[in-house]
Amino acid sequence: MSRTLYDKLVDAHKVCDLPDGDMLIYVDFHIMNEYTSPQAFSGLDQKGLSVWRPEAHLSVVDHVNATRQRDPHDAASKLLIDNLEANCKKHNIAFYGLGDRRQGIEHVVVPEQGLVAPGMLIACGDSHTTTYGAFGALGFGIGTSEVEHVLATQTLRYKRLKTMLVNIDGDLAPGVTAKDIIMKVVQVVGAGGANGYAVEFSGSAIRAQEMSGRMTICNMAVELGGRAALIGADEKALEKTKGRAHSGTLDFGGLDWNSDAGADYDTVFKIDAADIAPLVSWGTSPDQSVPVDGSVPAETEGMTPKAREVLNRALDYMDLKAGQAMTDIEIDSAFIGSCTNSRIEDLRAAATILKGKKVAGSVNAIVVPGSTYTRLQAEAEGIDRVFIEAGFDWRPESGCSMCLAMNDDIAMDGERIASSTNRNFEGRQGRGARTHLMSPEMVAAAAINGRIADVREFLSEGAE
Amino acid sequence: MPKTVHGLAAALPLANVDTDVIMPKRFLITITREGLADGTFADLRFHDDDTPRADFVLNTHPWHEARILIVGDNFGCGSSREHAVWGLVQLGIQGIIGTSFAGIFYDNARKNGLALPIVSPEVREQLMQAASHENGANYTIDIENRVIRHGEAAHPFEMDDATQTAHLEGRDDTLNSLEFADAIRDFERGLGNQQRVRVIR
Repeated sequence: MSRTLYDKLVDAHKVCDLPDGDMLIYVDFHIMNEYTSPQAFSGLDQKGLSVWRPEAHLSVVDHVNATRQRDPHDAASKLLIDNLEANCKKHNIAFYGLGDRRQGIEHVVVPEQGLVAPGMLIACGDSHTTTYGAFGALGFGIGTSEVEHVLATQTLRYKRLKTMLVNIDGDLAPGVTAKDIIMKVVQVVGAGGANGYAVEFSGSAIRAQEMSGRMTICNMAVELGGRAALIGADEKALEKTKGRAHSGTLDFGGLDWNSDAGADYDTVFKIDAADIAPLVSWGTSPDQSVPVDGSVPAETEGMTPKAREVLNRALDYMDLKAGQAMTDIEIDSAFIGSCTNSRIEDLRAAATILKGKKVAGSVNAIVVPGSTYTRLQAEAEGIDRVFIEAGFDWRPESGCSMCLAMNDDIAMDGERIASSTNRNFEGRQGRGARTHLMSPEMVAAAAINGRIADVREFLSEGAE
Repeated sequence: MPKTVHGLAAALPLANVDTDVIMPKRFLITITREGLADGTFADLRFHDDDTPRADFVLNTHPWHEARILIVGDNFGCGSSREHAVWGLVQLGIQGIIGTSFAGIFYDNARKNGLALPIVSPEVREQLMQAASHENGANYTIDIENRVIRHGEAAHPFEMDDATQTAHLEGRDDTLNSLEFADAIRDFERGLGNQQRVRVIR
C-alpha cells in the first residue's frame, strides 16, 4: 500500500493508540524559547513531575531579547531570559543563551547545529516549527500545555491530519524567490485553506530550491493553516546536515523519507512556476498579496458583501487606496530578519541588490541576522560592510526582533515597513504598524527606492 | 469542566482573527498564566489611552456579559501563544462557535476547557443573526450530545471524539498520558543509538 511521507512519519513515531481516539506520538527533539515555556515548567513543578529525557531538549533565547546590545533592554525581558536559564539548569537541559555563539532564532539555530535530519519528529512552542519539513522531518508548533506534556512524557497526544499536496513544476522567472513561491501558495490555498492538513510540496520548482529556500517555504506553510509542511528528503537535504556540531550523531533513515509513487492525498493543488511573480502583501492577512508590478485591489462586481468588508477593513488599516500602484507606496522602514528570511543565503541575496547603492534618506533600514553564528559568517564574508555602507543598521545581536516586536524593536503607529517576515497582521510589528511582506531582495530594493520596488529592475541594472 | 456551556452569545464576524489580535505581544512578557483578561482583544477593545472603544461588541450592552463568541472563518490563526486562550477564558468566554479554527489554537483551547464547536457557514450566519438582536440571545453548547440549543432550535456541531472526551472528563492530559509510561519506554527501547537526540550542552 502506497503511503505519503506524512503517514510514514506518523506511523514511525506512534507509541500507542489511546482510548479516546487520539494516539501518543514520540517526540525525538523538542525546542523551547523564553516566552512559551515558563508556564510549562511551573506546571511540572505544581504536579511534582520531572523531565522524561532532558538531553532531547534545547532552549534558545530569541523572542524577547534586544538586538542593539546583548544586555536585556528592560526588567521584564530579563525576567523571561533568566527564568528560562534557571529552569534549564534545574532540569539539566541545554541552554543557548545570550553571548553564546550558538544563540539565535530557534529555527535558524537548529539546522545550523545539525539538529534536524530526515525522519525526525520535532516539536516546539512556536508555530513556525513547520520549517523542518524542508528536511523530510515532521515539525510542528505546540502550545504551552503541550510543552509541559513533551517535557514530562517525551510524547504528544496526536490526531492524524488530512494530507494536501502542492505541486509546483516549471522554472521560476528571474527575481522570483522561495518567498514568492510560498506567498503564491498562501494566496491560492487561502489563509485558513490548509487547516487540519499536513502540506507536502513537490515538483521541479521545489526540487530546484536550495535548503534555505525550502525552509522559507515550509516555514510559512503555517500561514495557510498547515499544521505540518513536508518536502521529501534528497541529497541536498542530507548534504545540509553534514559538517555541523551534531552531524554523525543522528540517522533516522535519510533518503527513505519520501512519499511512495501513487500515494493518495486528500487534496491536490497544482501551480505553474512560470505563473509566479515577485509578490508583495497589501493587506493584513498573508494571503492578501499581488505582483509587485500590480496595484492595490479594488471591489469587483461579483464580490460578496463579506469580501467587500474584508477588503475595505484591510485597506483602511493599511491606509491604501484601491487601484494605487504598489510601486507608488512609500515606506518608512525596511526590515530584514525573522525565521523566514534571515539565513546567510538571504543576507547574501539582499547584499547583491544593495552593493554600491544607498538606502533612501527617509528610510530606517534594519537587518537582524538569524543567529550569532550567521552574523559571524556574514561578517567574515564582508556582507556586513555592504549593508552598513548602504545605510542599513547591522544589528550585533540575533533574535526574532521586529518580526513580532516582542523586544524593543517596535514600529510606531502608522509606520509602513517593507519586511522579509511572515505575518502582516494588524499590530504585528507594533500597534497600528503597516507591514508589507516580501522577499529579502525586495526589501533591499524598497529600502533603496524609498518605496515598494520591483526587484527585477535591479537585476537588469546588474546585468548591463 | 462543564459538560454544557450556557450564556449570552456575541457575534465577532471578522475572518482570520489571529492570536496577535486576541493577545497583543505587550501582554506576553510574563511567566504566569494569570492577569491576561485585560490583554484579550486589547487593541479592539481599548483606545490608546485605555478608554473602551464604543464600537467593539464586547463593550456594548448586553454583550459585555457574553460567555460565547460566534466568529468568522479561521479564528485563532498565527502564533502558537496559549496566552490567547488563557486570556479568553479569564475574560469569561467559555465557548467559541465557528466554521474553522487554526490547529494549534484548537488544541490549546481543549487543554483549557474552552469549547470550540464547529458548524457550517449557514448555521453560523443564523446564530450570528439571532445573537445580534438588540436583546441578544442565549445559547447552550451541549458537549455530550454535540448540539447547540437556542430556544426550540438544535444545531448539531462537529467536535472530534478525543476533544469531546477531554472536555467531558476534564482530565489533565499530562498525568493521563503518564499512565502509558510503559508503552513509551517500550518505544524507546526500539530506537537505534542514532535515533536518540543528545543535545550538546
